[in-house]
Amino acid sequence: MTDNTIIIDEQTTWAGGRSPFNVSYGKLMMWLFLLSDTFTFSCLLIGYGAIRFSYGEGWPDPSTVFNHFPFAHGMNLPLLFVSLMTFILIGSSVTMVLAVEAGHRNSKKEVAKYMLYTIVGGIMFLSCQAWEWSQFIGEGASLRENLFGLTEAGKIKAAGLGFAHHYTWIEGVDRMAGPVPFASLFFIVTGFHGFHVFSGVVLNIIIYINTIKGTYERRGHYEMVEKVGLYWHFVDLVWVFVFTFYYLI
Amino acid sequence: MSTATIQTGHANHDAHEHQEPSFVRKYIFSTDHKMISKQFLITGIIMGCLGMFMSVLFRLQLAWPDQSFGFMETILGTWAKDGKLDPNFYMALVTIHGTIMVFYVLTAGLSGTFSNLLIPLQVGARDMASPFMNMLSYWFFFISSVTLLSSFFIETGPASSGWTVYPPLSALPKAMPGSGLGTTLWLLAIVFFIVSSLLGGINYISTILNMRTKGMSMNRMPLTLWAFFFTAILGVLSFPVLLGGALFLIFDRSFGTSFYLSDIYLQGIGALTNVGGSPILYQHLFWFLGHPEVYIILLPALGITSEVIATNARKPIFGYTAMVISLMAIAFLSFIVWGHHMFITGMNPFLGTVFMYVTLIIAVPSAVKTFNYIATLWKGNIRFTPAMLFAIGLVSFFISGGLTGIYLGNSALDINLHDTYFVVAHFHLVMGSAAIFGMMSGIYHWFPRMFGKMMNNTLGYFHFWFTFIAAYMVFFPMHFMGLAGVPRRYYQFTLIPEFGVWMDVNVLITVSAIIGALAQILFLYNFFYSIFKGKKAVQNPWESNTLEWTAPVKHLHGNWPGAIPTVYRGAYEYSRPDREEDFYPQHIPGNDNEHVDDHGYILPTPVRKEIPVAEKPATVFFTSFSRLFSFKRA
Repeated sequence: MTDNTIIIDEQTTWAGGRSPFNVSYGKLMMWLFLLSDTFTFSCLLIGYGAIRFSYGEGWPDPSTVFNHFPFAHGMNLPLLFVSLMTFILIGSSVTMVLAVEAGHRNSKKEVAKYMLYTIVGGIMFLSCQAWEWSQFIGEGASLRENLFGLTEAGKIKAAGLGFAHHYTWIEGVDRMAGPVPFASLFFIVTGFHGFHVFSGVVLNIIIYINTIKGTYERRGHYEMVEKVGLYWHFVDLVWVFVFTFYYLI
Repeated sequence: MSTATIQTGHANHDAHEHQEPSFVRKYIFSTDHKMISKQFLITGIIMGCLGMFMSVLFRLQLAWPDQSFGFMETILGTWAKDGKLDPNFYMALVTIHGTIMVFYVLTAGLSGTFSNLLIPLQVGARDMASPFMNMLSYWFFFISSVTLLSSFFIETGPASSGWTVYPPLSALPKAMPGSGLGTTLWLLAIVFFIVSSLLGGINYISTILNMRTKGMSMNRMPLTLWAFFFTAILGVLSFPVLLGGALFLIFDRSFGTSFYLSDIYLQGIGALTNVGGSPILYQHLFWFLGHPEVYIILLPALGITSEVIATNARKPIFGYTAMVISLMAIAFLSFIVWGHHMFITGMNPFLGTVFMYVTLIIAVPSAVKTFNYIATLWKGNIRFTPAMLFAIGLVSFFISGGLTGIYLGNSALDINLHDTYFVVAHFHLVMGSAAIFGMMSGIYHWFPRMFGKMMNNTLGYFHFWFTFIAAYMVFFPMHFMGLAGVPRRYYQFTLIPEFGVWMDVNVLITVSAIIGALAQILFLYNFFYSIFKGKKAVQNPWESNTLEWTAPVKHLHGNWPGAIPTVYRGAYEYSRPDREEDFYPQHIPGNDNEHVDDHGYILPTPVRKEIPVAEKPATVFFTSFSRLFSFKRA
């Protein structure tokens, strides 16, 4: 590439015997970062679990909250939209796999094509999230308050447990306001994940531009695509957990 | 990978021979691990001095609560009106002293300095896996330090809710003066610190795993590397949890959420609109970092001690494998014991018992390490360099502080001892003093490697004995205060008649603390004087086996001018009977066949010759004491 770059073989970088993971240090670093990020998300999800289960039956049922779909006003479509979002994100992971696979074959055109699909998938996911947030906020959720209240049975149990004073009757919407952390946890958990998706899209765009410019073709390998691929799959995996814990359970 | 084109440090080095890097690239935004380690060390020393100065200020308050100190008003202004420390500012001092010592000195200053210096040099690499990330790691640490210290220059003062910043005190900006902007700056500083720690830790692990030179298998690595390796793993896995916990806290403080806030009543009326969370959740998240953090502090010090003791006892480290396994066990156990900080939060007693058992199990690997240190010293041909004295000092603190850990780990006894001076005494001995002594040992031992100069030994002996005795005089009496129920973090004990009897002890502790602090001036003088005017160091002043002493004294980017040395054996082949010299550096080729088994593992040398020691170790130990008064340059 330049005079500063020399071609070295495995013998020079790794001379301590068999390489423990058979990966370059760059990929190892990405794995370690993902490991540490796993702990951040675990922290958020465990915090979510701890608060949620302290409410027992007092927690709103997500399927009655997230039951909207664009252009389908007034219809009760529980979790349909979020399933579509999940499908889009998993789809973008599939195109990422194809990009990595094309990278192994050093096919610049295909890498660029699938990277573009992945970026589009990521942007679609973020747009869906924006729609869902605005819908949720429009219905009265914010970091400070949550209007999504209890089911009838939940209300009775909440009164029995002695924390009914956490809820107040909202005149306009004729229901009990639910636990405030329901909304604030939603924003912080999906927001932190969305921030990761956003960073991933930015990284993907950088890699896409480099691919188009032929940087990796000159370098002779597409390892950078593999590295962002690892990140992208991780973000996808985290979403599966967020989806399960926040929407399904 | 085999066809990969990678820019290596070697190529950089070639470029450097033609062109000296600019001042900024060499000293400020340097990507050379040796320079970054010096930056970490000097920042750490400055932060350490500030932290120590704060401790002297609040010790003065504790010893003479009714006395007025004119100089305090001069330096602290309104925080010490009429020379008397403001109670809120006393809390701020305690908080920032703890934060600085735990994070900025003993995490970044210790692990940052020696991981950076020793990992590439001891594994035989030109630099870190990613020198650029390494540079970022230092600069995030620097920004973090500045952010933390800047909170002294705002009207409401720094964070004041203790170094653990428990909510609700930290979550409600109006709870006390320090809970306002001060705590926001504290959280910001910690977020920067976590980023720095992650960038560093990921680098350390990758370098150790992937950049070892030919022949440097994992089981030949010096114990320092093993310790840095596990430290980095602990940091990479535990700091993110603090990040998540801090994120919740930032939202609670600034955006009105209620993750940590529950009902708080003032005169029977709910004082908060944001309720529904739990402050205990913060404690769980904090201590999931907080306990591994203790070992992030201690493990590098233990690794340094292993290396210094083996080198200066001229003996192979006793039980190399046991040392590695005990490091691993400590690292693993540290993740499942955090609940022992929370026994009195109303935790289910069964859960408390589980946490108690796993906590007490840590005593096993710790004891393995202690006994191995003592066994290494046993019948050694000991050289009492200042580094060696500090290493032995660490072992002493590790024993005396570790024993009280067994009391505190007991969930029933902890009801009495929680938040008393017993806790203060325990952790200041076992992780404070022990880790500081490990750090000092490392500084004295690797100073020739860092700066190419020798430090003055006589000043080193003075520094050791004053610090060692002062540390025991400060922390040992605190055990008795704690057993009597004196709580930590109180501003003025004369206001509570029951604690009046401890006033004399408080005076003794403060006087000792001041003596200990003054002794550090010896070190500072020795350190900075020797950088410029010290005796020039020889290639391998301690006759050590490890690779860092094969690199030229003059610093090169790339560490070795020619090829990287190849490693032929483990790092602890001292006093081998078949060798003329009593050390056998790792890079010297030699016929080791009779000591290598079928798998290429080094076997311990079967027979050792009688060690020709003129004096018994105990005699030599006291000789070093007597040298204090001889005033000869050693």
